[in-house]
Amino acid sequence: MSAYIIRRLLYAIPILIGVNLITFVLFFVVNSPDDMARMQLGDKRVTEEAVQAWKADHGYDRPLLFNSQAQGLAALTDTIFFQKSVKLFAFNFGTSDSGRDIGYDIRQRMWPSLAIALPVLLVGLAINISYALMIVFFRATYIDVGSVVLLVAMMSISGLFYIISGQFLIGKLFHLVPISGYDTGLEAAKFLILPVIVGVVGGIGTGTRLYRTFFLEEINRDYVRTARAKGLRERVVLFRHVLKNALIPILTGVVAVLPLLFMGALITESFFGIPGLGSYTIDAINRQDFAIVRAMVFLGSVLYILGLILTDISYTMVDPRVRLA
Amino acid sequence: MSRAARIILRPQPSHITESLPMAKAGAPASQDRSAKMAALLGLVMAAALLLGGCGEPPWNNPYPEHQAGENILYGAFTERPKHLDPVRSYSSNEYSFIAQIYEPPLQYHFLKRPYTLVPLTAEAVPEPTHLDAEGNLLPPGADPSRIAVTEYLIRIQPGILYQPHPAFAIDAEGTYRYHDLSPERVARLNKLSDLPEAGTRELTAEDYVYQIKRLAAPWLHSPIAGLMGEHILGFKDYSKRLEEAAPQPVNGERPFFDLRQLDFPGVEVVDRYSYKVRIQGRYPQFVYWLAMPFFAPMPWEAEALTNQAGMAENNITLDWYPVGTGPFMLTENNPNLRMVLARNPNFHGEAYPSEGMPGDREAGLLDDAGKPLPFIDRAVYSLEKESIPYWNKFLQGYYDTSGISSDAFDQAVKFDAAGEAGLTADMQAKGIQLSTAVQTSIWYMGFNMEDDVVGGDSERARLLRRAISIAVDFGEFISIFANGRGVQGQGPLPPGIFGHREGEAGINPYVFDWAHGRPQRKPVEEARALLAQAGYRDGRDPATGRPLSIYYEAMDAGPDGKARLHWMRQQFAKLGVELIVRATDYNRFQPKMREGTGPVSMWGWNADYPDPENFFFLLYGPNRKIDGGENAANYSNPELDRLFEEMKNMPDGPERQAVIDRMTEIVRRDAPWSFGFYPESFSLHHQWIGNVKPNLMANNTLKYISLEPGIREEMRAAWNPPVLWPIGAIVAVLAVGALPAIVIARRRERSAAL
Repeated sequence: MSAYIIRRLLYAIPILIGVNLITFVLFFVVNSPDDMARMQLGDKRVTEEAVQAWKADHGYDRPLLFNSQAQGLAALTDTIFFQKSVKLFAFNFGTSDSGRDIGYDIRQRMWPSLAIALPVLLVGLAINISYALMIVFFRATYIDVGSVVLLVAMMSISGLFYIISGQFLIGKLFHLVPISGYDTGLEAAKFLILPVIVGVVGGIGTGTRLYRTFFLEEINRDYVRTARAKGLRERVVLFRHVLKNALIPILTGVVAVLPLLFMGALITESFFGIPGLGSYTIDAINRQDFAIVRAMVFLGSVLYILGLILTDISYTMVDPRVRLA
Repeated sequence: MSRAARIILRPQPSHITESLPMAKAGAPASQDRSAKMAALLGLVMAAALLLGGCGEPPWNNPYPEHQAGENILYGAFTERPKHLDPVRSYSSNEYSFIAQIYEPPLQYHFLKRPYTLVPLTAEAVPEPTHLDAEGNLLPPGADPSRIAVTEYLIRIQPGILYQPHPAFAIDAEGTYRYHDLSPERVARLNKLSDLPEAGTRELTAEDYVYQIKRLAAPWLHSPIAGLMGEHILGFKDYSKRLEEAAPQPVNGERPFFDLRQLDFPGVEVVDRYSYKVRIQGRYPQFVYWLAMPFFAPMPWEAEALTNQAGMAENNITLDWYPVGTGPFMLTENNPNLRMVLARNPNFHGEAYPSEGMPGDREAGLLDDAGKPLPFIDRAVYSLEKESIPYWNKFLQGYYDTSGISSDAFDQAVKFDAAGEAGLTADMQAKGIQLSTAVQTSIWYMGFNMEDDVVGGDSERARLLRRAISIAVDFGEFISIFANGRGVQGQGPLPPGIFGHREGEAGINPYVFDWAHGRPQRKPVEEARALLAQAGYRDGRDPATGRPLSIYYEAMDAGPDGKARLHWMRQQFAKLGVELIVRATDYNRFQPKMREGTGPVSMWGWNADYPDPENFFFLLYGPNRKIDGGENAANYSNPELDRLFEEMKNMPDGPERQAVIDRMTEIVRRDAPWSFGFYPESFSLHHQWIGNVKPNLMANNTLKYISLEPGIREEMRAAWNPPVLWPIGAIVAVLAVGALPAIVIARRRERSAAL
């Protein structure tokens, strides 16, 4: 397995370079270094000299990808792309274009993101699995049909609708929790209730439908027939045996998203005023802060790759028949 | 499973068969029941804990319970401030914080209109003295051509202290406690409060001079460095000298360079409480800059502390931790969540103004006359990016003031038959109050004078521009896209700026008629007639016989802009002219304007200071956008330029008004702009807030605001009682819905296996 993991980590390098290159090209197709300078310096009374000075100070006075003035390897290394990318591979995110330490900000802001994402994941899993098992238990009844209709309807509704409805009903009409905001320590709890409820409810449609499919695949397997033939009750068959076997794709799917929990939810954090990494990324895009955008995309890619490796490893753990070579 | 993984399936019996213990499957029913009971009990306890944890109502209070009844103002900000260093900060959302902390020598009177400068830390508003090329003092009224230098002597009040700050902390031997920290100590710092000791010292003239020198420091990127380079004597040269003399950055951080060691002729410390600023020639508007945070004092000790190696890497910079003498200090700076201003214990004291305008006394704005400022102890601003939660929390009483978004406008405001804005019955019932003010801003449609069709000084082009100015109905624009929040523009000067004329005397006669006591846009037939005179009968280009095509550069590329662009096409279509829209984002729009490629565009300007020079310079020939200035229409008229030079150096009075009238007439006749509209700001505040009067020039108005926390607590409790029946209803629905399921489940359990 070690050889496999090392090989996967080596594969990750060209992937990360590619992701970094695509991010770079996309960003600079829309924004030029001059635009970035003007965004930082403001709109009013900014002279061309000030723009050039800002670019020089922040390392944006070089060519983007290829330096035709330089000789040899310097033609590639004396560019914005190389200079801004190379430190990322040592996880040195540097400072944002407005002068803040990105690493420090990420370390600060990942906790609020995690404070929402983890409960949403755990509570969502519990509810979705229970509901999916219930539907399978009542398969071919009106409960099954009604639930599927409800789930499809829930899947079709935009996430934004759940957020606004949740804020309107629970925060505004019923006055049960604050509409938005965040705080540190135990005070954070009252601010997390609503986004967690919204996150869980918003995910029921997709999650339950998916898990229902997993369970239905299992329900016709031989071992289920054997269990029934032995006289086990349907409830026991489902909860003790079908659930255990169907958990393999569920758990491996969950492992894949575990590292990404740190990255936060873009819209949820924005609407609920949660100072997490999702809103950090959105703010950086709006402010044309390339340093942060680049760092967050890089981090997202690394975590995604990590998630995939963990998924593969988790396969070997939950299913002994699987070997990684 | 990724493609990279190779999966080997080994023949192996499923572990499932090993896990079918019949004994477990047939567990006793009593054990099952007790497990259910335990689960139910757990649920009830969890619900009880959750409800208990909510504390005293209102439960939706976003603030800690211990803050109840405290003299704290609650507000919100929608965008995090980029800079808090007064050398760089230049936007209103940043000023709303730093203007409460930093104190420039002057400020605007809170109540008087037109906007009037009064001393803040200065003894008096400085009067300019003029010198000739040899440095001799010129008498008042001297020939302007002899004036080589204008000198301002600013005397500040003694005894003003800085807020407590670690930069001033000294040990028993009088050495600065934190100016020479070891790298290991710096590495452990995450925030300024990790340096526990704080000190203070008296404000001196040296601090003001130090800040002016900082404006010239090229590494600080002050947005007004270019402008001040044109006015302050020796400023540009000083900037170059600083670049050469200052140490180079080490690991991206520039070591502390004490600017006191390098002087320049533009500023001079006269004594502990006086300093001079010297201006090349004349620039009477300079005095307004002395009311902006750019010219606030900066103690050298603050730079000595924050410019130590490693401080910037740990985010301890002047851009994050302001230090001032103002009524408030920033005690929490987390712009991703909350910013808190608290009363500065060392504040020198200031009294609420005793004079105002007619009607201010009746409005209660002079009830606090002479009382010491500030009235509130703290101001807590929360980040609220989305308008819906912002608005709802204002209605719940958790924000004391609010603007009005388009979504909430109809809920909050109604217009009467006379077009006057008022509050809806719901708002009135809550005791909410509305404040409106026409902003010292203008949105204009500019014609690029370099363009072959709409530009130039020919009569044809002039008539074409006038025809378009009549056809594009900004009254309709205000009504549709700004909820009526704006006043149609009649000239370059908005209300509140000297030179603006109200009523019939103030209308643009080329575009409006005076009828029924108000300006009325001329009929579109008149615009068509002008177009015909220009040679474009029915909007057709005589060269091609086809409708005249005009390109419109728009910074409205988003989905919200589609309606506005469609509306703009319709306005031109009234004349038979085809408007071809080139929509882009603001990033792309700006270079187009700098290159002068767009024939028609819309742009705006927000006044830096209340002087007509700050608007007419947008039409001043040497200031053309294509030459690097702010004159986006690239308009140049020698007569206007001459009058501008004359007007900008004149004191307010009938003579200056006459020159402004002449200038206004020229730009109305030439029509390089269609004077779109002056936006109007609407803001709401709750009944417990006092001393609210919109002041569009002053940024340091937080100190005047008073509040009554007792009323706020009562209203919050009354407006936010927890409503619990929906929880019961959900439980009931689930229970009722579960019954048929239980029946089916039991039936299945009893039925034979499939």
